[in-house]
Amino acid sequence: MNLTLKVWRQSGPSDAGRMVTYRVEDVSPDMSFLEMLDVLNERLILEGDDPVAFDHDCREGICGMCGMVINGVAHGEQRATTTCQLHMRHFEDGATITIEPWRAAPFPVVKDLVVDRSAFDRVIQAGGFVSVPAGSAPDAHSIPVRKEDADDAFDAATCIGCGACVAACPNGSASLFTAAKITHLSLLPQGQPERLSRAKAMVDQMDAEGFGGCTNTGECTAVCPKGIPLDTIAQMNSDYLKANAK
Amino acid sequence: MNYVEGAPIRDTKAPAGPIEERWEKRKFGAKLVNPANKRKLNVIVVGTGLAGGSAAATLGELGYRVKSFCYQDTPRRAHSIAAQGGINAAKNYRGDGDSIYRLFYDTVKGGDFRARESNVYRLAQVSVNIIDQAVAQGVPFAREYGGLLDTRSFGGAQVSRTFYARGQTGQQLLLGAYQALERQIAAGTVEMFTRHEMLDLIVADGRARGVIVRDMVTGEIERHVADAVVLATGGYGNVFFLSTNAKGCNTTAIWRAHERGAYFANPCYTQIHPTCIPVSGEYQSKLTLMSESLRNDGRVWVPLRKGDGRAPGDIPEDERDYYLERIYPAFGNLVPRDIASRAAKNVCDEGRGVGPGGLGVYLDFRDAIGRLGRDAVEKKYGNLFEMYERITGENPYDVPMRIYPAVHYTMGGLWVDYDLQSTIPGLFVIGEANFSDHGANRLGASALMQGLADGYFVLPTTIGDYLAAGPFGEVDEEAVAAAEIKVRSRIDRLLAVNGTRTPDSFHRELGKLMWEYCGMERTEQSLRKALERIPELREEFWRDVKVSGTAEELNQVLEKAGRVADFFDLAELMCLDALVRTESCGGHFRAESQDADGEALRDDETFAHVSAWEYSPEGEPVLHKEPLEYEYVKMTQRSYK
Amino acid sequence: MAVTGAVMVIFLLAHMLGNVKIFFGRESFNAYAHGLRTLLEPMAPYRLLLTVLEIVLVVSVVAHMWAAISLARRARKARPVKYVAKKSQAGGYTTHIMRFGGVTIVLFVVWHLLDLTFGVVNPKGFDSTPADRMIAGFDASRWWVTLLYVVAVVMIGLHLRHGIWSAFQTLGLANRARYRALKAVAALVSAALVIGFLAPPLAITFGVIK
Ligand SMILES: Cc1cc2nc3c(=O)[nH]c(=O)nc-3n(C[C@H](O)[C@H](O)[C@H](O)COP(=O)(O)OP(=O)(O)OC[C@H]3O[C@@H](n4cnc5c(N)ncnc54)[C@H](O)[C@@H]3O)c2cc1C
Ligand code: HEM
Ligand code: HEM
Ligand code: SF4
Ligand code: F3S
Ligand code: FES
Repeated sequence: MNLTLKVWRQSGPSDAGRMVTYRVEDVSPDMSFLEMLDVLNERLILEGDDPVAFDHDCREGICGMCGMVINGVAHGEQRATTTCQLHMRHFEDGATITIEPWRAAPFPVVKDLVVDRSAFDRVIQAGGFVSVPAGSAPDAHSIPVRKEDADDAFDAATCIGCGACVAACPNGSASLFTAAKITHLSLLPQGQPERLSRAKAMVDQMDAEGFGGCTNTGECTAVCPKGIPLDTIAQMNSDYLKANAK
Repeated sequence: MNYVEGAPIRDTKAPAGPIEERWEKRKFGAKLVNPANKRKLNVIVVGTGLAGGSAAATLGELGYRVKSFCYQDTPRRAHSIAAQGGINAAKNYRGDGDSIYRLFYDTVKGGDFRARESNVYRLAQVSVNIIDQAVAQGVPFAREYGGLLDTRSFGGAQVSRTFYARGQTGQQLLLGAYQALERQIAAGTVEMFTRHEMLDLIVADGRARGVIVRDMVTGEIERHVADAVVLATGGYGNVFFLSTNAKGCNTTAIWRAHERGAYFANPCYTQIHPTCIPVSGEYQSKLTLMSESLRNDGRVWVPLRKGDGRAPGDIPEDERDYYLERIYPAFGNLVPRDIASRAAKNVCDEGRGVGPGGLGVYLDFRDAIGRLGRDAVEKKYGNLFEMYERITGENPYDVPMRIYPAVHYTMGGLWVDYDLQSTIPGLFVIGEANFSDHGANRLGASALMQGLADGYFVLPTTIGDYLAAGPFGEVDEEAVAAAEIKVRSRIDRLLAVNGTRTPDSFHRELGKLMWEYCGMERTEQSLRKALERIPELREEFWRDVKVSGTAEELNQVLEKAGRVADFFDLAELMCLDALVRTESCGGHFRAESQDADGEALRDDETFAHVSAWEYSPEGEPVLHKEPLEYEYVKMTQRSYK
Repeated sequence: MAVTGAVMVIFLLAHMLGNVKIFFGRESFNAYAHGLRTLLEPMAPYRLLLTVLEIVLVVSVVAHMWAAISLARRARKARPVKYVAKKSQAGGYTTHIMRFGGVTIVLFVVWHLLDLTFGVVNPKGFDSTPADRMIAGFDASRWWVTLLYVVAVVMIGLHLRHGIWSAFQTLGLANRARYRALKAVAALVSAALVIGFLAPPLAITFGVIK
C-alpha cells in the first residue's frame, strides 16, 4: 500500500508546531500502525531528518504508552484497540491519514506526538491506592469478595492510563480515567475505609490539573481501548457527592 | 573470545542449618537501622517494575529516602505490565497437596537443578505473603462464587497454585505496586524520576554510590548519589531484537554495572516461549505472546508431509502429526516451555512448518470447540482469540492458530548473593535483572512471584543489614566526574559516527545472528561463528551507525543506539557462556549433549555450578564458578515422556 | 447542573400538564391559571406560591446557565490547541448540541414570556385572560409563532433526551444495569413533553380549538 501521512511535528514545548506531509510506500497490510511509522522513521533518519517522535513500549496493547489521534479519533477508528494494536489492513491503499498528539492543556506536548501525562500520576497520588504497608496484610482469604463485585472492580481496574479518554473528550475531561480507579477501589472491601476521602481528593486533583468537566458526552468510553464503562463516572460522582455532603 | 578461570565463589551468605529456618535466621541476624537514621540514608532504585516498584514503595514506607527511576513516562508502564498468565504461591487454598516444600521442589526441578536451594526455598516461603499483600492492596484477582480466590494449574504444574487476574495478572499486580509507590511519592519519601535512563553506575571507594542518568526529555546528564543502589531493570531478551519484551527493555543498566565490577551470571540462559504469534514479515518489530493456557485445550500439529501447501482444513486427520502428543504421551501438549519450543523448531527444521517462511505450527481448537462448544471456548479464551485475530487478521474459531516459539525471559543476570547484593558492595539487584532463582529454566508464573518477593520482602530486610553501617559520607568527586565523562563521551561518539545505517538495522542483524547461533539450539560451531561475527558487526556499528538529532533533546534514535551498543557486548558474553557450558540444561540446549531420544542431557559432574563472569577491561573475561549443592532435592534428569 | 436541570424539568412537566387543560375549554384553563395564583389561599397571599416558584425557576435558569458557561470555559482552557481532524465516536448528536440547544431555549423563553405572560408581543395584550392570549397568539395567521414554538420545543426535547439521562449520571444514580431504562425514561419524558407542549398550539393553529 501507499499512503500519505499528515503528521503533527513540534520540536519542543515552545515550538508552535505544524502538520507535515509525508509519503510512505510499500506498506504491508500486516504491519501495525507503529511499524508503518518505524518504516517512515528509518527513512527519515537516513535522509538526515528528525524522525517522528512517538511513545510506545509494549506494543501489545497493555502498557498504555502509545497513543495518537488518527484521522480525528484517539487510537484510530477500530474500537477497543490501542494504536500499537491497530493494523494497516484497516486502511485503504492510497489513503491520507492525519496523525496528531493527544491535545489537552494538562498533557503538554513534549515533542511531535509525545505528550507529558504525569498529571495522571498526580491524580493517583492524591488517593488512588489502599494504604497498606508491606507485611501488614491479613490472610488473603480472610476477606471474601462477591464474584460480581470482583468482576466489576476488575473491569474498572483494566484502565491502562493511556489518556485517550482525555484526548477524545470534547471537554478535555479526565473523568473516565479517574473514575476507573475510584470505581475499582470502591467496589472492593479493601477500598472502603478510604473510599470517600479518596474520591474527593482524586476529583479535586483532577480539577486542579486543569482537566475539563464531564458533560456525559460518552466520547471517552467509545475510544477507550479497554472499554472502561461509563457507569464508573456515575460511581465517582456518587462517591464524590457523598464525600462533599459529609 | 577466550576467558580465564578465576577463584570459585564459596560463600553466598545463606545461613546454614535446616532449609526451613534459613530465611528466619537471616532476618534475625540482619542488623536493624534505627528509625531516625533511616531518614539520613539515601537509596536509589532503578526500575519500577514489580521488583523495583515494590522495593521503592517498601523502602519509602520504612523511612529511607528513596529516588526511583524509569525510562517510561510513568512508573506504571514497566514491562511487568505485560505478564498475562499468573503468579504462583504455595497457599494450598485448594487442599490439593500443595505446600511450600512442593513449590520449592517444583521450582528447583523445573530450573533443571541450576538454581540455589536456599533462595528457592525462601521464594516459596515468601510467595504466601505476596498474595496477602496484593489482595490487601485491592488487586482484583479472579474469584469463585463463594467469594474466595480462584486458582488454576499453569505450565504443567500438578497442583492448582497459580493466582490470576483474567489475562492481565502482571498488570494488576504492577498497578498495586505502582499505587503503593505513588502513595510514597505523595508522602515525600520517594522522589520519582520518569523518562530518565541510567547510563552508568558510580562506584567510589569500592562501594556503589550512585548513578549517572540522562533526562530523556532535555538530554541533560545528571548525577545522583546515595548510600546504596538497587537495580531492578528487568531482562535483556531484546538482545534477540524480536522477543516478547517491550521495545524499551535493555541491558544497559546491568551491563554498565557489570563493566564496573558486578559479576554477570549465566548470561546464556534464555527462555523461549512456545506459544507466540509467528513473524509475518521483515518489518516486524516485536513478537506477541499468546498465553500458555491455550495449550490446555488447543492441540499442536503440523502436516505429516514436508512442504504440504494445503489449507489446514483440507488436511485429513491421518495426514496430521500431533507431534507433542506423539512424542510425549504423558504430558502431551502440556510439556514445559523449553521442550515444546524445541519440538516446534525441530518439525519446522524438517520442512513441515506452516505459514510464512515455514516458521509456525498449528494450535488447533477444532476438537475443543467440538467437545465444549464454541461458547465455552469463547468464554475461556475469547480475549486471546480476539487479540490473535487483531494481529493476524485470521479467525481462530475457523482456522487453526499459527504459533512459533519466541524469546521471552532471561534467567541470567547480575550475580547476587543470598542478600541480593552483587559483587559490588552496596549494589543490589532484584527481579529479572539478577540471575534469579530460576536456574536454567523458569516455570510459568514464577517471575512475578520472584519480582515481588524480592521487592516487598527480601530486599527491604537485607539492604538494612548493609545500610546499618551507613551513611557512608561524601562521595568521591573524582569517581562521579569520571563516570559522567564516560557517559558523555560515549554519547558524543555515537553522534559523531554519522554513518549510513540506522541503529535498528544493526539491532535486527544482531538479533538474527543471536537467534540463529545462540537461540533455541546451540552448537560449538554455531557459537564460534557468532563469536566471530559479533565483534565484526560491532566494529561496523561504531564505524557506520547513523544517529540523527542532538544530545540536548528528546532523541529516540540516540536512546536506541546506546542500547544496541550494549547489546553487542552482552551478546558476546552470552555466546561465550553458552560455548563454555557444553551440557544441555533448561533453556540452554547444546546439540552435542543429548540422549538417544534427542532429549537434553545434563552434565551434573561438570556443570552443577553458576557461571559468574567478571568483566576485565582489557583482557579476557574471568569465569568464577559457584558450586551448587542439593541437599533436599535429589538431582534427576527431567523426563516428560 | 443536574439539580437545576431537574428543577426545570419538573416545572416543565407541570407546565405541560397545565397547558393541556386548554383542551377542556377556556374556563378550565383560566381556572388553572387563576388557581396557580391563589394556591394555598387564604393561608398565603395572592401569588405567593407562584412567586416563590418563579424565583426558584429564575435561580435555576441562572445557575444552570452559569454552570454551562463555566463548563464551556473550562473545556476551552483544557484544550487550547484544537484538532485538525476530529471525529465523534459516541453515537448520538444530542450530546453535541447541548449548549446550542440551551441557548435556543433561553431565547425562546424570553420571547415566550413577552408573548404569553406579559402579552407584550401578543395581539390581545396584557389585559386579557391567559386563554385568550393563547388562542389569539397561535392563530393560524400567526403560523410563524407556532413554527417558532415547534422548533423551540423540539430543541427542548433533544436537550432533555440527553439531559435527563445525564442528570442521573451526574448525580451518581446511574449504573450499567439501569442505563437502558434511564435512556428509555429520558426519551419517553422528552417525547411526552414535546407532544404535550405542541398539542395546544398546533390545535389552535389548525383550528381544533377556537
Ligand atoms: C509477555 C510476557 C508475559 C509474561 N507472563 C508472565 C506470567 O504470566 N507470570 C510470570 O510470573 N512472569 C511472566 N513474565 C515474566 C515477567 O513479567 C517479568 O520477568 C517480570 O515482570 C520482570 O519484572 P522486573 O520488575 O524485574 O522488570 P520490568 O518489569 O521489566 O521493569 C524494568 C524497569 O526498569 C526500568 N529500566 C530498565 N532499564 C532502565 C535504564 N537503563 N534506566 C532506567 N530505568 C530502566 C524500566 O523503566 C522498568 O521500570 C512475562 C513476561 C512477558 C514478556
Ligand atoms: C441557558 C440555557 C441552557 C444552557 C446553556 C444549557 C446547557 C446545558 C449543558 C451544556 C448541559 C450539559 C451538562 C450535562 O450534560 O451534564 C445541560 C444539561 C442539562 N440541561 Fe440544560 N441548558 C440550558 C437550559 C436548560 C433548560 C431550560 C432545561 C430544562 C428545561 C435544561 C435541562 C437540563 C438538564 C436536565 C440537564 C442535565 C444535567 C446534568 O446532567 O447534570 N437545560 N444543559
Ligand atoms: C408550546 C407550548 C407552551 C405554551 C402553550 C405555553 C403557555 C404558557 C402560558 C399561557 C403561560 C402564562 C401562564 C400564566 O401567565 O399564568 C406560560 C408561562 C410560562 N411558560 Fe410557557 N408555554 C409553553 C411552553 C413553554 C416552554 C417550552 C417553556 C420553557 C422552556 C415555558 C416556560 C414558561 C415560563 C417560564 C412561564 C412563566 C411562568 C410564570 O410566570 O410563573 N413555556 N406559558
Ligand atoms: S479510561 Fe480508557 S482511555 Fe482513559 S486512560 Fe484508561 S484505558 Fe485509556
Ligand atoms: S467524553 Fe468527556 S464529557 Fe464526560 S462522558 Fe467522557 S468525560
Ligand atoms: S505500546 Fe503499550 S499499549 Fe501500545
